[in-house]
Amino acid sequence: MFYRIPEINYIYVSKLDEALEVLHTLDNARVLAGGTDLVMDLKIGRIRPETIVDISRVDELKYIKDEGDYLRIGALTTLQDIVESSLVRAKAPVLVKAVNEMASWQVRNVATIGGNLCNASPAADSAPPLMVLEARLILASREGEREVPITQFFKGPGKTVMRPDELLKEIIIPYERGSGQHYIKLGRRDAFTLSIVSVAALVKVSNGKFSDVRIALNSVAPTPVRAYDAENALKGREVNLENIENASKLVLNSISPITDVRASAEYRKEMSVVLTRDALLAALKDLGINLGGE
Amino acid sequence: MEVFFKLNGQPVKVDVKPNEVLLDVLRLKLGIKSVKRGCERAECGTCTVLLDGKPTYSCMILAPYVNGREVATIEYLKENGELKPLVEAFADVGAVQCGFCTPGFLLTVYAFLKKNPSPTREEIKKAIEGNLCRCTGYKKIIEAIELASKKMKSG
Repeated sequence: MFYRIPEINYIYVSKLDEALEVLHTLDNARVLAGGTDLVMDLKIGRIRPETIVDISRVDELKYIKDEGDYLRIGALTTLQDIVESSLVRAKAPVLVKAVNEMASWQVRNVATIGGNLCNASPAADSAPPLMVLEARLILASREGEREVPITQFFKGPGKTVMRPDELLKEIIIPYERGSGQHYIKLGRRDAFTLSIVSVAALVKVSNGKFSDVRIALNSVAPTPVRAYDAENALKGREVNLENIENASKLVLNSISPITDVRASAEYRKEMSVVLTRDALLAALKDLGINLGGE
Repeated sequence: MEVFFKLNGQPVKVDVKPNEVLLDVLRLKLGIKSVKRGCERAECGTCTVLLDGKPTYSCMILAPYVNGREVATIEYLKENGELKPLVEAFADVGAVQCGFCTPGFLLTVYAFLKKNPSPTREEIKKAIEGNLCRCTGYKKIIEAIELASKKMKSG
């Protein structure tokens, strides 16, 4: 055995209330949803909790519901369930596109959307699509619930605004009617790989002008980020290649990439600009607007 | 702690520690050696099992997690006869070289063809993205899956 996990306590909970009670009581506990990140972190000693709280049996947190103007996704919904959901595909296609490129089938079968967000990796691939969709997260604790926009959820690598006694309960995804959406992931290979940089783009157009533009990137800052400067440079402007190319350069204002095993900071900067441009063009294509530029 | 689960259709009870992973429980405590130890970090796919019918990596599953669930390995497919067309297709095409990755591939492919009996080549590639093979270069494995799909439909 190459990896040895230290001794640990293990608790099952099967109801949300029960989970919140346990999290309120225990110190140094970690929540196991699908466990695909958690078990690796235990193996390499990145975390040393005393207790694992297995919430994988809390069935009340596994659902995808259509509320007309928005979708509600339970935090324990697996990544594969999202990929295979015709509802998510219809109302939040950029999320399906991103999640389909995450890890492998074996991982997506157990990994959960809530786990991917709470683990707060700078490379979390579900984050950029949810950020351009301006998803809202419902955090629950014994004291009650609060709603946090996903754009304010991440605080740093592995860090979120969640308190130790809180659990992510639900993700609310507004249905952006009439928007073009696209997601591009650049990795070291096509399949089963971590992002070097990923870009999600959402655009709305009226009378030949951008009425809304949203751009989010991962793996190029301590948290997934929105590129507000680039977005603002396009809002209200004419839809053309020149405006897109100029605005794409402004993503550099929003990112601060590092050099790591996957790529250098310089490469990430250049690719962020290129992929933002490509993602915007593809999002426009999603609306039937073809500016060329390939 | 004791965990109860179904292994290849049979109920089993095993005494485990919470820091053990399913891979070790299967290999060291239950004698299931078809589940291979590879990277131990959810990258290679050679420890793939079916958990409630879905392929997943047994190296990333803590033993208590399987309590009350169903685990299947290729022994199960062998017993119920569902392995035969798959193995024949892999053998006919020459999709097995050293064989270390094969049990993991067979389980993934079995679950995949059950979901999608007539896949395209692109769908096949996507399905096996989580299983690595260092011998074949995948070409023959993909051909074997295409052949298995035909065999299973006709047979």
